[in-house]
Amino acid sequence: MYGRMSRKRDYYGGGEILMSLIENQKTNIDNDIKIITGNHAAAHAFRQARVGVVSAYPITPQSPVVEKIAEFIANGKLNARFVKVESEHSALAVCCAASATGSRVGTATSAHGLELMYEMLPWAAGNRLPIIINLATRSLGAPWSVWTDHSDFITIRDVGWIQYMCENNQEIYDTNLQAFKIAENSRVFLPSIVAYDGYILSHTMMPVKLENQEEVDEFLPPINHHINLSNISTIKGIDPVTTPNIIKRIEGTAPGYYEFRYALQRSLENSIDIIKEVHDEFTKKFGRSYGNGIYKIIQTEDADTIIYAMGSVASQARVAIKKLRAEGLKIGIVSLKLFRPYPYEDLRDFFKDKENIIVFDRDIGYGYEGVLSYELKAALYSLKKKPNIKGFIVGLGGRDVKTEHIISGVHKALNQFKQGIFTNKTDFLGLSLDELNDYDESNYFDSR
Amino acid sequence: MDLPEEEFIYPGTRACAGCGMALIYRIALKALGAKTLVTVPASCLTVLHGMQGFCSTKVSVYHTPFATTGASASGIVASLEDKGLENEITVLAFAGDGGTTDIGIQALSGAVERGTNFIYACYDNEAYMNTGVQRSGSTPYGVKTTTTPEGKLSHKKDMPKILEAHGIPYIATGIASYPLDLFEKFKKARTIHGSKYFHILSPCPPGWGYDPKDTISIGRLAVQTGFWILYEIENGIFKLSKPSSRYLDPLKRKPIEEYLKAQKRFSEMTQQQIKVYKVYIDNMWKDIKRRIECQN
Ligand SMILES: Cc1ncc(C[n+]2csc(CCOP(=O)(O)OP(=O)(O)O)c2C)c(N)n1
Ligand code: SF4
Ligand SMILES: [Mg+2]
Repeated sequence: MYGRMSRKRDYYGGGEILMSLIENQKTNIDNDIKIITGNHAAAHAFRQARVGVVSAYPITPQSPVVEKIAEFIANGKLNARFVKVESEHSALAVCCAASATGSRVGTATSAHGLELMYEMLPWAAGNRLPIIINLATRSLGAPWSVWTDHSDFITIRDVGWIQYMCENNQEIYDTNLQAFKIAENSRVFLPSIVAYDGYILSHTMMPVKLENQEEVDEFLPPINHHINLSNISTIKGIDPVTTPNIIKRIEGTAPGYYEFRYALQRSLENSIDIIKEVHDEFTKKFGRSYGNGIYKIIQTEDADTIIYAMGSVASQARVAIKKLRAEGLKIGIVSLKLFRPYPYEDLRDFFKDKENIIVFDRDIGYGYEGVLSYELKAALYSLKKKPNIKGFIVGLGGRDVKTEHIISGVHKALNQFKQGIFTNKTDFLGLSLDELNDYDESNYFDSR
Repeated sequence: MDLPEEEFIYPGTRACAGCGMALIYRIALKALGAKTLVTVPASCLTVLHGMQGFCSTKVSVYHTPFATTGASASGIVASLEDKGLENEITVLAFAGDGGTTDIGIQALSGAVERGTNFIYACYDNEAYMNTGVQRSGSTPYGVKTTTTPEGKLSHKKDMPKILEAHGIPYIATGIASYPLDLFEKFKKARTIHGSKYFHILSPCPPGWGYDPKDTISIGRLAVQTGFWILYEIENGIFKLSKPSSRYLDPLKRKPIEEYLKAQKRFSEMTQQQIKVYKVYIDNMWKDIKRRIECQN
């Protein structure tokens, strides 16, 4: 019934926990609304996607994904092999090899785990292995912090993965099911990462509609992989390599690195269409949609000013715009769902007649500015009428992103636009520098 | 008994002439047969296979990053189990000494601790050959490499001992100079369930500094001087292999100088250093002797 209520509407379940539903949880797992955490939503999606091999290593705040999957396997609810490795580097190495052997595979991690996997990320992309990683986002040490920001997520933007960001637990479940279908599409064959804010989603209970298994199976049939090393009788002689044989030259030799990488880039670019198609198919079947599958819009129809953000920051902005609209501002939000491949055409099309864009990054491209901010500036460079754009940094290391931070950011940006001030210099919201005694910006180490 | 005629490596690989590793690989595949799936990290073996669409072997090969050989084998085995094919296909991980004793030791330890059903073979050419002869944890004492121009100061890691500490069902050492011994060991390993480990000395003409035609005789010298000991450990029971059994008697061993002097990498070793070698070899054999006596 909750699913029906939200039919044909952007699904946004954040914050509204229906206590009555918690009490009504039935023993039957599927075709029902459950009150579960984001981590468990990811685990349920893996179960219903019938993954064949899982390999993961625990890290806060991702660990409950791993624990739940282990429980599903132990209870016979998921018939998969779970390789309990000694590191994340090995976890993704296991996933790559298992995928190349023809199985549907997935894993989950956070922050340092993702960074430890780093070497394997371009490997998975280069071999065109449709692995799914769930990422409960977390800041990168040092200093040590287990709290969310998007630093981990953005560090892998140049390795050839599809990257999604989610805003609520239903979206985590739904995006996972779509991600497998997209990744395994013969026009795509790319690994993908489904991210959601650590703790804010990973550990918060929200209602999630788990679909009927038969319908999930219909939506997501078994994998038909481009490579299957276990087919030893059909793989003979000159071809038993892992990299896919895309083009063959007359001499019978395979193409070089450059051509493989060209094909990878083209597939990434072309995957945007498939991501939209699969999102539409999902909406038709299950009744839930997330904007156009690329970004979500909130009250943008009459808006001349747009807040552009991702994940938890976009969620917080939903509260902020109520107040800003009450002040008379025509303001809306674009919440980016697809971070890679970077949907520059969709964004250009959307922003072509907007006046002001205020970007809130829960990340920094250190030494430059927030990644969402500078990428959007670059993407909109070719527009004839260029919108005003200002970026802010918010919420690193899990620092609360408060409604008033967003509101003050919007005010400041609009003021600067009026005065003709445009700068790439980073502007941090929500800092408590006054609590540092004698902090001297020009000489941090000597100022203590 | 002879080795089977069927080859699983095409002629004309990119390995150097006289490469010990190429011989080991040939023998291993002859023993394991066509239904073998190999995983290989960065090493001279990658070069032997060829790159991007070329492959000099008839069996399926998965190429994995340097540190991940053990993990990749786990992934392949898990996928085979997922499909019910685990009894149809033998999984062979084949890595160099650098990939095994250094960067890949964690993934290997994890894989065998989990009891992964596979064979791991380390071909030990006692340095990072692929990148230009740098020292590894398996480089012996006194050896000159490009990163130990003064000669290496420590002895090589006893990798089989580390693997034994994991309690795996089968461990064997080998060398291509005794091909039947190696062949029989691989045949046996194929029938054992669980993690099997091979440590195989792999003479390397350019890295060790000798004429390619001498690969077999250098390998024999390694055994005859007692530097390289052929044995098996099956379910904890140690057994000296035939080619090595007579060298339990120190008087039967050839002087270590014969082995050292045949290779440029040991050149300029002092008498003092050679003495260190003698003690090292004596101690290895004393351990083995004690072990055999304890078992009886
Ligand atoms: C992470 C990483 N670091 C370094 C390298 C470079 N590298 C490739 S092969 C190799 C040495 C291989 O040595 P070994 O495993 O003994 O095999 P061999 O070349 O001697 O056959 C090195 C250092 C790499 N491929 N990956
Ligand atoms: S360098 Fe040594 S191990 Fe490598 S291919 Fe040549 S002979 Fe073989
Ligand atoms: Mg080596």
